[in-house]
Amino acid sequence: MELFLNQVFSGLATGSIYAAVALAVVMIFLAIDHFNFAQGEMAMFSTFVCWALLDAGTPYWLAFILTIAFAFAFGVVIERVLFRPLHSAPVLSHIIAFLGLFFILNNGAGWIWDFTIKPMPSPFPEGSISGLISYHQIGMIGVVLVMLALLFVFFRFTSVGLAMRAAAQNPESARLCGISVGWMIALGWGMASAIGAVGGMLIAPVVFLEPNMMLGILLYGFAAAIVGGITNPAGAVAGGFMVGVLENLVGTYIPFVGSELKLTVALVLIVAVLMVKPSGLFGRTTVTRV
Amino acid sequence: MNRRIAIALLTAASLSLPAAAIAAGKYDDGASDTEIKIGNTNPYSGPASAYGQIGKTIAAYFNKVNEEGGINGRKINFVSLDDGYSPPKTKEQFRKLVESEKVLAIFQSLGTPTNSAVHAYMNREKVPQLFVATGATKWGDPKKYPWTMGWQPNYQAEGRIYAKYIKQNLPNAKIAILYQNDDYGKDYVQGMKDGLGDMASKMIVAEESYETTEPTIDSQIIKLKASGADVFFNVTTPKFAAQAIRKIAELGWKPTHFLNNVSNSVGSVMNPAGPENGVGIISTFYTKDPTDPQWKDDAAYKAWSAFMDKYYPDGDKKSSFTVYGYSVAQTMVKVLEQCGDDLTRANVMKQAASLKGLELGMLLPGIKVTTGPNDFFPIEQMQLAKFNGKSWELFGEIISGEAGS
Amino acid sequence: MTADTEVTGRAMDRERRIAGLTADGWRKAVMALILAAAVALPFGLGSFQTFQVTLVLIYAIAILGLNILTGFNGQFSLGHSAFFAIGAYTSAILMDRYEMTSYLTIPIAGGFGFVAGFLFGFPALRLSGLYLALATFALSVATPQLLKYNHFEEFTGGVQGINLLKDSAPFDLPFSVDQWWYFVTLAIALLCFWMARNLVHSRTGRAIMAIRDNPIAAATMGVNTALYKTLTFGVSAFLTAVAGALSAIVVEYVAPDSFTFLLSVYFLIGLVVGGVGWIPGAVIGGAFVLYVPNLAEGISTGLAGVLFGVIILLVIYLMPSGASGLVRLAVTRLQRGFDQDNNKA
Repeated sequence: MELFLNQVFSGLATGSIYAAVALAVVMIFLAIDHFNFAQGEMAMFSTFVCWALLDAGTPYWLAFILTIAFAFAFGVVIERVLFRPLHSAPVLSHIIAFLGLFFILNNGAGWIWDFTIKPMPSPFPEGSISGLISYHQIGMIGVVLVMLALLFVFFRFTSVGLAMRAAAQNPESARLCGISVGWMIALGWGMASAIGAVGGMLIAPVVFLEPNMMLGILLYGFAAAIVGGITNPAGAVAGGFMVGVLENLVGTYIPFVGSELKLTVALVLIVAVLMVKPSGLFGRTTVTRV
Repeated sequence: MNRRIAIALLTAASLSLPAAAIAAGKYDDGASDTEIKIGNTNPYSGPASAYGQIGKTIAAYFNKVNEEGGINGRKINFVSLDDGYSPPKTKEQFRKLVESEKVLAIFQSLGTPTNSAVHAYMNREKVPQLFVATGATKWGDPKKYPWTMGWQPNYQAEGRIYAKYIKQNLPNAKIAILYQNDDYGKDYVQGMKDGLGDMASKMIVAEESYETTEPTIDSQIIKLKASGADVFFNVTTPKFAAQAIRKIAELGWKPTHFLNNVSNSVGSVMNPAGPENGVGIISTFYTKDPTDPQWKDDAAYKAWSAFMDKYYPDGDKKSSFTVYGYSVAQTMVKVLEQCGDDLTRANVMKQAASLKGLELGMLLPGIKVTTGPNDFFPIEQMQLAKFNGKSWELFGEIISGEAGS
Repeated sequence: MTADTEVTGRAMDRERRIAGLTADGWRKAVMALILAAAVALPFGLGSFQTFQVTLVLIYAIAILGLNILTGFNGQFSLGHSAFFAIGAYTSAILMDRYEMTSYLTIPIAGGFGFVAGFLFGFPALRLSGLYLALATFALSVATPQLLKYNHFEEFTGGVQGINLLKDSAPFDLPFSVDQWWYFVTLAIALLCFWMARNLVHSRTGRAIMAIRDNPIAAATMGVNTALYKTLTFGVSAFLTAVAGALSAIVVEYVAPDSFTFLLSVYFLIGLVVGGVGWIPGAVIGGAFVLYVPNLAEGISTGLAGVLFGVIILLVIYLMPSGASGLVRLAVTRLQRGFDQDNNKA
């Protein structure tokens, strides 16, 4: 029983990592209608910026806010400079451009800050609740939920949020209503990048900061977002926690799987979920028009 | 022909070396009167990039040697290529180095799967594959592979050292093992099992593996704790080692903790993990830990430190990788010096296999590099150490972990 | 999108002669020239360069496989490293454990690849776009772990991998090992490209492309969408597995670390750089993924990744639809140039 509880809580803690990334994935999907394979690297890069600020003696929360501002600007600039000129290119060209960006950021971060792991401070107190879950991880779950609430308010109640939804779902009509679709996309990039940076700054204290930090995590983030429903931020967060817990339980209780194949099995289960419910557990089914 | 002699004479004159020695110079590809070309592959890109520091340190050290006049008047031309830790890429780069760059030898290529991909090739082509940067046992097999040699103590031997310690001091131990799911991890586990002998199946109560793509290893640690073990054998690379040390402290689990040498760097593991969490951990050493204050006034440490400041200022002086690269480069320089003017591949191997009690500044006092025609394991000695919250305290004798067998 | 224009374009071309040759004639002449160059190549190159060109051809076959699936059928895959691994391991295990001659292992490897691809095609039927991307991404991430799996170790050699030795040229042919395997690879590559071309221009090919362009319309026209989609997955995996088998033989080593998801990423980059839906593009893509990282490394070891990324971005900016766009543009320009000359005359 203790083992079970431990695994569930550890799964929730790891799940909060996936959830943070999944939120960024959903955000960019709402803006551009597909994935950004460089998303993880952008978050990693922003986290390094935070680390560099802290290293230079900036107080934590100031560095935190400066990093979010940097990440937002970084996202907008990347969209304007790199992806705006490509807007009419085929989707596959976009994906390759994401991969190009991936190589640049991964190698660039390694070149600037080196590949050795760096400890990242946590804003939350040290220690844990009877070894089940650390204060940092509780704090992280809290931050993810706060970000979720903010997103909900943004999309539901602000005019910019509504405009962004309109721009993503029906660009033509949105344009007719006087919405600048291009800038809405840039704004979406900025927000996704900022959310990713928050995620990165909270993930780094757990997994340690290094240029390849997000490599494995991004896949889980994608999986979480898709299981939960790619257009639904709340679903994505739920998906993150589910993937985290599921992975731990599969690794612990299915004997022939063990730790060796737990990722594989978790992924197989995800694909199985998708086959039964192709739009994710909490996603809306879209009807294709001929 | 005339021109060559003229050049030889000129070189001889300028270096004021005996002309007879030059005339007797015997060369294979990659060596000449003025240059020795050495190849290398390292992961400068991809998930294993952290190791790239070793290649950079070696390049810096050869720069130093060249600035100080080279080896017997010849400059080292060090060609280091990126293999991204991918075996097919390594094969391509090795062929480039041997067939296109025409290097005399390949030195310190990094990684077990990568070196495995070229093991047969190098021995077929009869090109030295010297001092490979991996601790697998298979590099010390002069009968079958006379052109390949390792350098560091091998993983299995280290595993046996811990097993011996456990048998002597903790005879009723229940051991839990966490290992990376690759050849490196499995070699350590094998060494531990061999060392425990018949007791292995009784003493080892849990084994868990992890993949390098996993974000955290918390789940594995929880499982290992639940096994009721009181000894933890930590066979992980730096990032996961730091995670494991911290998670164990967080869980309030207090096993006797054995940490593999791969991850005992204070700068890149113990400090990130929180030094207070690491108190009491036992590991083994063969090089001096650059963060250990006891070497502060050591002449060899100062020499290393001065080298880092001058030739590799971007390098991490808290990392054991830079110490490693420095020491292995010194070994290579020693081999080339011993070669004299006979810079043939056969002689390079012969000299590499006749290092007698070579002492390197950054190896622990008493640990020597020794090889022979049937002994392709240059370093076989280690010393146990315990972490005191700040640095490692060496204890006990220098232990010789016999090779392979 | 391209097939229709190509067909009508060709009908028009047939009547027009440029410098005394029809467009078809020109195409054949260019092909013959390239073929002659390909045959002469290993005699002008060192053994290492020959080995590299062999690798280019191997990548080209793998990318061709991906092109059939993505370019012609519109199914997205980030998992082709898995099929490549299946081919490589089939070949390696047959040679190593069952001492089978290397040539025979290649078609068998392709067969295993076909079955694996066909089976994977079934879940893929229910998934489209992003979901398929995730499923295939997951496949390629899981591949190295499956190859390491304890219970398969007896066959796969586990983490140690399998060492192989490639046969030298038979019948005392005067070729070095590298030259011989270059020719074997070239012959197989030509066969694969010829098969792919015929497939695309056949009735089946039109059905495959109809599914890409408008799946619902295709289904209403009576095309068995499910069958064609799974078959395409099978054919695509077949080609990639053949490439994998060749790579195992030519590199003489297989290990789980050879088949990480980065390999899938390289295939995808090669596909887009060469041109999606353009068969000869695969060769250009293969050359790109082999030579460009080396080029970047030659400029700066520390920044090779950054340079590689920048080059990718530049290629996408300059040729948004890959080399195929560039080649088409060049051909059109040349034709126009000739036409103008003819008019003047």
